[in-house]
Amino acid sequence: MIRFDNVTKRYPDGTVAVDSLDLTAETGKITVFVGPSGCGKTTSLRMINRMIEPTQGSIWLDDRDTSTIATHELRRRIGYVIQHAGLFPHRTIVDNVATVPLLLGTDRKKARSDAMDLLERVGLDRGFAKRYPAQLSGGQQQRVGVARALAADPPVMLMDEPFSAVDPVVREQLQDEFLRLQDDLGKTIVFVTHDIDEAIKLGDRIAVLRVGGHLAQLATPADLLARPADAFVAGFVGRDRGYRALGFSEGHELPHHEEPTVRMGETAPAASEAAEWLLAVDGEAHPQGWINVEQTAGREVTEELLYRGGTLATQGGSLRAALDACLSSPSGRGVVVDENHRLLGSAQLDEVVQLIKSEPGPAGADGDTGTGTGTQGTSGATAAVLQKGPA
Amino acid sequence: MSGFANEVSSSPLSFWSYFMDHRSADLQLLWSHTWLSVVPVVLGLVIALPLGWLSNRFSWSYPPIMTVSGLLYTIPSIALFVLIPPLLHLDQLSELQVPIALTVYSVALLVRVVADGLGSVSEDTRQAATAIGFTPLARLLKVDLPIAVPVITAGLRVAVVSNVSIVAIAGTIGFQNLGNLFTTGYQLSSGTSPYYPPIVLGLVLCVILALALDALVILAGRGLTPWRRAARG
Amino acid sequence: MATGGPRMIGNVITWLNDPSHWRGTGTTDGIVTQLERHISYVGIALLIAMLIAVPLGLLIGHTGRGGSAVSLANAIRSIPSIGLLILLVVIISPHFHGRTQAGFIIPTEIVLMLLAVPPILAGTYAGVENVDPAVRDAAYGMGMKGGQVLLKVELPNSLPLVISGVRSAALQLIATATIASFVPLGGLGRFIYDGLAQRDFPQMIGGGVLVALLALLVDLLLAAIQRILVSPGVSGRFSKRADRRRGAAGEADSRVAAVDEAGVTV
Repeated sequence: MIRFDNVTKRYPDGTVAVDSLDLTAETGKITVFVGPSGCGKTTSLRMINRMIEPTQGSIWLDDRDTSTIATHELRRRIGYVIQHAGLFPHRTIVDNVATVPLLLGTDRKKARSDAMDLLERVGLDRGFAKRYPAQLSGGQQQRVGVARALAADPPVMLMDEPFSAVDPVVREQLQDEFLRLQDDLGKTIVFVTHDIDEAIKLGDRIAVLRVGGHLAQLATPADLLARPADAFVAGFVGRDRGYRALGFSEGHELPHHEEPTVRMGETAPAASEAAEWLLAVDGEAHPQGWINVEQTAGREVTEELLYRGGTLATQGGSLRAALDACLSSPSGRGVVVDENHRLLGSAQLDEVVQLIKSEPGPAGADGDTGTGTGTQGTSGATAAVLQKGPA
Repeated sequence: MSGFANEVSSSPLSFWSYFMDHRSADLQLLWSHTWLSVVPVVLGLVIALPLGWLSNRFSWSYPPIMTVSGLLYTIPSIALFVLIPPLLHLDQLSELQVPIALTVYSVALLVRVVADGLGSVSEDTRQAATAIGFTPLARLLKVDLPIAVPVITAGLRVAVVSNVSIVAIAGTIGFQNLGNLFTTGYQLSSGTSPYYPPIVLGLVLCVILALALDALVILAGRGLTPWRRAARG
Repeated sequence: MATGGPRMIGNVITWLNDPSHWRGTGTTDGIVTQLERHISYVGIALLIAMLIAVPLGLLIGHTGRGGSAVSLANAIRSIPSIGLLILLVVIISPHFHGRTQAGFIIPTEIVLMLLAVPPILAGTYAGVENVDPAVRDAAYGMGMKGGQVLLKVELPNSLPLVISGVRSAALQLIATATIASFVPLGGLGRFIYDGLAQRDFPQMIGGGVLVALLALLVDLLLAAIQRILVSPGVSGRFSKRADRRRGAAGEADSRVAAVDEAGVTV
């Protein structure tokens, strides 16, 4: 657990980067600091491992005041990942990863072999071990950065915009793998980003900071979407909040009906024998796409005929995925699959909407989301949803 | 020359009265020293600009040009002085060998500087200039070169200051410049009685000359880049 | 004009090819002896300059304080070496009463050392200053102490510029050490000044050729040392074939290991 106790950082020129911050990052959870530039999120992060010293207040690591621990010892117990990875250009990948264990006195051979295991763990081939950072892509470097931070198995990790310098496709991949890794490791993580979508995707709890270093709101992602504390948070969290909040409503038994299918490579039935759109599946009942029967009647079902615009809803997955499956399907019927991506059937839009309506609490779309959290925020949220609606 | 020793005290601080006693001869030395320090650098820049442009414009020409200029730069100045005459069919103690050697030296130093300076112009700036409609020549003169001025200025400062010192060395192998003051002082010092005035005068004049030329290059560089002064506030 | 041209080049080659010029005669020292002296003047001054300038440059770059020392060192460049040498000789040599050459060697070493400090200091300082701030930040963030950051991160990454400062200093010293022969010391400058005095131009030019050759050789040697000391990760000299060919990979690995050790102990 990391606890900020009335922490303020004021620079000699009078600028206040962080103002009386009180906050707790829970053990084993990902706490995300998010906000516009100048909100003090990075300063707050860097005060945890004392790369920056607070002007007043104290930061506690479990039950110890960090100011009582020698900085280098504190930092060796805290993993640290930064935006451009900051790998040592003169050291091979394996030696970069082994840095902290070597500082802690682990023998070189063991440190290296542990480092090799870690490389695999973050999804890098062992063949990379003897290369130098300059020979790696940005995404690969960032994986090494994560491995290096994990090398001494620190209970706490600080991550300062680690994925923001890589392209969106790689970023999403890194985020997914990061979450998978965290499921295994259960580190106490403080993660800084300026990207609210990243915050919502990764955070167990999100601290929204505003310029001047004030904590505007600390909440779970679902709470943040449903009940922004004020206009600033509402504006920062952005549009489509109601829809995005459905992403956190999981574990529902989706209603589904049997859906007629055609196998890939078979002949499409005549238009009179089927509905307008027919779902194509492969030999193992994995949905491939829709075909328009009027246009394809009598032809062999091939890749070129498929309409691939529809998304899939996984049974037990989020209501957002279920709703999207319906909205994106040309037939209006949302395709529901099991965990192995096998077809279960299809759901109607109004059935999913019914499910959403029955949903109590913050993710419910019944228009009662703002209770007790400030009318300004609620109206902002409503406006945002309405704006999206007709478009 | 040995008569000088009796005219002026041998104290290091009496270099000024030494100067006043031999004013016209010393000014002559100062003048030729200045000439030898400045002209080769100017010539060197004139030659280095097209070469630097070439190696920046056509990447294939960069390695050979840089290798040759790097090799020339490793040749010690004094060796270059004595090597120039046989290579160029000159007399052994030709008036031209020192300026030619120094010009070669300046070219070797400045080619890299010009190429790096032109290389420091960002691709965005280049494309913007082309898009606005600059012809390649106009772009070079009005955009690339002005932006390269600070880097080139830094190189010119090194060239001019080191030239002042190298010219003095040429003074010890028979050429007329401030280096003669050192040889004179050395010859007039005997065993246990040093004769300081010409040596100190030579040092003072050389340092003043070097600092003055350095300042001139800085001023010229600032004059050519008014926008930097604006940025400095 | 009569003495210039191809005939002179032939005479120089003849002079350089004469074994007695290499061995020396009863009265004069040969090329081998003068070469040894030249190298020792340069080597001693370079070593002392490195011992001063490298730690100082590392410290200034690491702390970000003392930039004025770099400016001061650069201002020293405006003092003409030959003038300073003669001044120091007339000051110092009387104290040795001509009994040893120390009265000439000490001034020579001082001048050469003063000449070598600015480029090494500037190179080291610039090298440390140019280390990517993210790399330095990561080093501290992982719990390295100031000294560890300096020796394990900043030094190995600034090595190319440190060594290029040393190379530039070495070239200047080899050139300037010739003036030691003006105050009568040995070294390769001896042939230049003697040749001039005796109007023996083949000897004078031959001396120039030897100085130039020495400069080229020393620069090549230092370039080779640079190649060994600087991590491929910094110089960008990766063995591309190592990725593909199994045999080459082993070789690259052992080289990498050697570099790694050097990087830590230097």
